[in-house]
Amino acid sequence: MIDILQELSKITDKDYISNNKEELYLYGRDPGLMPPHEPDYVVMPSTVDEIQAIVRLANREKIPLIPKGGGLSLTGLVIPQKGGILLDMKRMGQILEVNESAGYVIVEGGTTHGALKSFLLKNYPHLRHSIPDSPPITTIAANAVIHGQGRLTQQHGFNSDMVCGLEVVLPTGEKCKIGSCAVSPYWFSKGPPLPDLSSLFFGWFGTTGIITKLALRLYPCKKIRDAMLFLTDEAELVPEIMRKLGRTEMIEDLVVTAQPIPLRFRGNYYILFYITGDTEEEVEFKKKMAWRAVWEYFERREGGFVSLPPEMKAPMLAMPSKDTTRFADVSKGGGFEYSGPIAPLEKYPVYVKKLAELADKYDLFYSSAARMIDGGHCMMFSFSYTFNRADPDTMKRAKQALDEAADFALENGGVMWKPNIDEQQMTMSKMDPDTLNLMMRIKKLLDPNGIMNPGNWEVPQ
Amino acid sequence: MLQLQFDKDKCTKCKAVPCLTKCQYIELDVKAAKQQWSKIINGENSFVLEACTTCYACEEYCPHGNHPFYMIVDRQEEKGILPAPRPIITMWINQCQPVGKYMVGMLQEKALSYCLLPQFNILAHGKLFQDIEYSVIVGQEFFCNAVFLHYAKTSLIRERLPVIIENIVKYGIRELVCLHDECYATYTSIAPAYGIEVPFKPVHYYEYLLERLKNLKYQVTPLNLKVAYQRNCSTRLIPQIDHFVDDIFHAIGVERVKRKYDKQTALCCGEIFRMGVGPDLADDVQKRNIDDMLESGAEYVVFNCPACWDSLAYKVAARGLKPIHMIDLCRLAIGEAQSLQLSKIEAEV
Repeated sequence: MIDILQELSKITDKDYISNNKEELYLYGRDPGLMPPHEPDYVVMPSTVDEIQAIVRLANREKIPLIPKGGGLSLTGLVIPQKGGILLDMKRMGQILEVNESAGYVIVEGGTTHGALKSFLLKNYPHLRHSIPDSPPITTIAANAVIHGQGRLTQQHGFNSDMVCGLEVVLPTGEKCKIGSCAVSPYWFSKGPPLPDLSSLFFGWFGTTGIITKLALRLYPCKKIRDAMLFLTDEAELVPEIMRKLGRTEMIEDLVVTAQPIPLRFRGNYYILFYITGDTEEEVEFKKKMAWRAVWEYFERREGGFVSLPPEMKAPMLAMPSKDTTRFADVSKGGGFEYSGPIAPLEKYPVYVKKLAELADKYDLFYSSAARMIDGGHCMMFSFSYTFNRADPDTMKRAKQALDEAADFALENGGVMWKPNIDEQQMTMSKMDPDTLNLMMRIKKLLDPNGIMNPGNWEVPQ
Repeated sequence: MLQLQFDKDKCTKCKAVPCLTKCQYIELDVKAAKQQWSKIINGENSFVLEACTTCYACEEYCPHGNHPFYMIVDRQEEKGILPAPRPIITMWINQCQPVGKYMVGMLQEKALSYCLLPQFNILAHGKLFQDIEYSVIVGQEFFCNAVFLHYAKTSLIRERLPVIIENIVKYGIRELVCLHDECYATYTSIAPAYGIEVPFKPVHYYEYLLERLKNLKYQVTPLNLKVAYQRNCSTRLIPQIDHFVDDIFHAIGVERVKRKYDKQTALCCGEIFRMGVGPDLADDVQKRNIDDMLESGAEYVVFNCPACWDSLAYKVAARGLKPIHMIDLCRLAIGEAQSLQLSKIEAEV
């Protein structure tokens, strides 16, 4: 029988290979509620050649291979459901090129959002990218793979929409360039005018290949950025307020928060949005347009703006937001997870009602952040519940609540974002059968041996 | 429920109706003012109840001490008139609930009240507070609730204030130095107006500062500064403390510049207007106020209330004036440094 550890040591430095119990323990779980399952090996390659060699080894030996970025999805997407080799991308974190004129950056597959933010701040302060509200060690590639959202999502769509070129290693070991970079030295488009092959890799959770390079669009970084906070106590009004604010085309990010604690949140929906500009005049004009958009609710006393002192604004302006981390420890024990359907804005009232009902039913603390996507075409609505990691009972109740929330969301027009394997099953059971068949055919075609992150997007036999 | 101690006869006999004719936001001649006020005190509908910006100033304009502003707020509440959007009022009601998140220091019979504003911790130290700085109460349990005058909720003040007073008394406090002007106004104006007994001695921190400056007089160096004084809404409930401003300024060698908008004609910080009436009035008031400060030749703007500081300090600084809290101004005079500074908020982009 072949010694995999030895084979891996022929590919990459042995200091970056392990089957030690402590490493397998850590790589066998994520911060969410999905049950742990350990890999058999962990490897951290440093080049594309090494990745190709690892993929070929896994194919030859029919061993599962799980590519991992930050591992922060919370939904267990890189928990090795069937063991195998966990391929940690952290050593491939270089920022390779900035094309200032075309407005994109090319990074390696393990580059983090935090690293890119620091790099731009230091070297290109007039440019920015869409930072997600996850910890800074979130990798850009993995965030795009799960169709993450960030601070520019309201204006420019999912973070995956902002990708403009890929290099991938296919499940069979070939290295492919995707987009304009396949025929040109420039990485300005992930598809058009060619057939858009990039969608073979987004939303597939690493089951169709490993992203080794990625080009990401950069946007102007305005000199002034400010926050505005609008409150309403009627959930039914939230969708139209979001839509009206979005349609001003004056605002940056928009997130609606609903939670009962701290007490100032109770009974209201907090619509936080951002205004940017290069001059005070530009910012003031945009604020006036935002006021005008919601004036009718203000006049009817159904909604109003909170005056924000600078000290209150500071945490709102921080990127990523630290509020998620604070929320995670509300019920002590540091655990939280959310089911996050992508849905039309009009679903906000029924979702937020269900959120509170489930919290009550399962005796949990809840919160929701709904982020508007792409000017209001849809939103990500999070059903978030906290749990105590030292208390299996709260974890069980949180999982039950999340399962029920996912089921409810699917029944009510939503599509689960970064679904865990249970939610993937729910999704596939509702999916148009021909579409599901197409998905499975694509997967089989790309990954004939079924080695890539098995357990995900799998129809039960 | 406790009722407002209001004498209708005083209003009936009042010829000038200054409560309405002096209003800076509603234009009424004496005849119209008399008509509208008569409607208000008789429980009828009046447009004044809708148009009131809740600046509190009519409380000061009344020569009879008959509490016209509290009457307006009571009537607004009776009629369900919302001076601010409902969700804003809900937010205030919820965030000010006493739910056990308070702090007490090493309490003596004489104590400092930070109200629910922990930022007073930045100000209350040094020689001016050396004997009292650890004798402190702070938190919702000690919050005066005067803010609900802006939100047509005197019922909440009447409900919560006796409990707040009981909380203070429970700690054996006999003399309470109120760092938040609103607290002093609550204990000396709102409470007696509604017949609520205050079994301790409230002391305005201006009076306290003046006393300390007298004790430290050999350390005081005149500042020779020209300052504009920013009155806040709750000073309208306690106009009798205004002389302390002049007394303090005299003691530390500061000139209160002559302004169009000072004393009775002062303009408020404007931010409550933004929440209740909208941005146009707030921007207009703030602009007129700062223009006037500049035209008067002031170098510094002296703040009393932390909410005014939050609303205006950055704006006056942007136009070349130096914002300073009254406590810090006194601190400068005894050779200490300004402690409450503008935070450098850098927006992440």
